[in-house]
Amino acid sequence: MTKTRLFHSNANGLIEHDHNRDGIDRRGFLKCMAWAGTGALCLIEGGVLKSFALGTRNASQVQSHEVAGRLTFVQISDSHMGFNKPANPDVIGTLKAAVDKINALPQRPEFILHTGDISHLSSPDEFDTVDQILTATHTPIFFVPGEHDVLNDDGKTFRERYAKNSKGAGWYSFDKNGVHFIGLVNVMNLKAGGLGTLGNEQLEWLRDDVKHLPSSTPIVVFAHIPLWTIYPEWGWGTEDSAQALSYVKRFGSVTVLNGHIHQTMQKVEGNVTFHTAFSTAFVQPAPGKADGPGPMKVPGDQLRSLLGITDVNYVQGRHALALVDASLA
Amino acid sequence: MRKAWWIVGSSFTFALVMVALLATRPLIAKADETKAPPAEIKVDNFTFGPDTLTVAVNSTVTWVNKDDLPHVIASNDGLFKSKALDTDQTYSYTFSKPGTYAYFCSIHPKMVGKIVVQ
Ligand SMILES: [Cu+2]
Repeated sequence: MTKTRLFHSNANGLIEHDHNRDGIDRRGFLKCMAWAGTGALCLIEGGVLKSFALGTRNASQVQSHEVAGRLTFVQISDSHMGFNKPANPDVIGTLKAAVDKINALPQRPEFILHTGDISHLSSPDEFDTVDQILTATHTPIFFVPGEHDVLNDDGKTFRERYAKNSKGAGWYSFDKNGVHFIGLVNVMNLKAGGLGTLGNEQLEWLRDDVKHLPSSTPIVVFAHIPLWTIYPEWGWGTEDSAQALSYVKRFGSVTVLNGHIHQTMQKVEGNVTFHTAFSTAFVQPAPGKADGPGPMKVPGDQLRSLLGITDVNYVQGRHALALVDASLA
Repeated sequence: MRKAWWIVGSSFTFALVMVALLATRPLIAKADETKAPPAEIKVDNFTFGPDTLTVAVNSTVTWVNKDDLPHVIASNDGLFKSKALDTDQTYSYTFSKPGTYAYFCSIHPKMVGKIVVQ
């Protein structure tokens, strides 16, 4: 039996939660620390889920002993370069603030994952601007496309710029420090009335890609649209994500990183932790809390507390990934 | 008495306008004689308004995007597809055959609509 818990990253205090795990004998845990309402730090080992407010004794203990991992990377998402509406007339400024945030991290990330919607309208100028701003991180970046990056040419420009050695519509995998990373594309060939789609060709590739990996390999899957159903009425989910997840279920630690919904959200289901990142550009409403999912204008002094990055740490030998959502404020 | 004269007068005016219209029509729209008046669909807050639109054969339907995010108008069977429409941009398609044409937004596929051509 698997219990599921869904919570927002600004949840304070301690959350504990047990569930059964299949075939993995390592006793695991997940700890989640809130950043004074702007983010959460989570330590994941499956098993028990804990959440701490930042600044408590527990939080600093977790930071010093467990977060200082062997592999650190950052997720950024939804930079929407070219967007200029009231919800944020300065997406250049907020992307630069995200870069400053990355450069100020105590542990230098080895690389950055960008989970799509780099541009607003897929134009080369917008891609150029993002590239130019992100060079200031002096860090390699892996990209998957959002629907805004593949608007007019089925993703050809995107793949030429950001996914040269990818398969199919732009999917690929790579290994870093014993962690297997899988970048998926779920924004192409969408069907009327449907959600995000991976498609059979990609699903078959995924099945083969992980087939020979031992179950102890930590897996990180990243894609633009959430690979869990958050709010289908707004298209916040992926039609065939269950099929994809069935191929990685046997692994002891699976972390699924998405963007698209411009807010942080997390769900833990068995050994799989799902997490969505802040946008660096603008805010979208909580599921069902508005007539539609369009850009939400928030008071100017609040905007940067609702945009941000996600800092991820992997602690080797413990199968722990620590997720920290850090706002730009 | 005055009222009756007014009716005669306005009928006369109407006739004059019609004569003027008929006289200029071949000059401005020779090839488009059979075209029906344009119909507009507002793309607003991630919905098509109206989501079902009935038009006559040879009608031109125009979609106008009123959202802060782009949308792409695409027929389900691939018959027509717009470029990405940014705010206030429009896309038009002329329906020359009767039928029901289902379409959606290819980047927000939960957005669906149909054009009924009679
Ligand atoms: Cu759309």
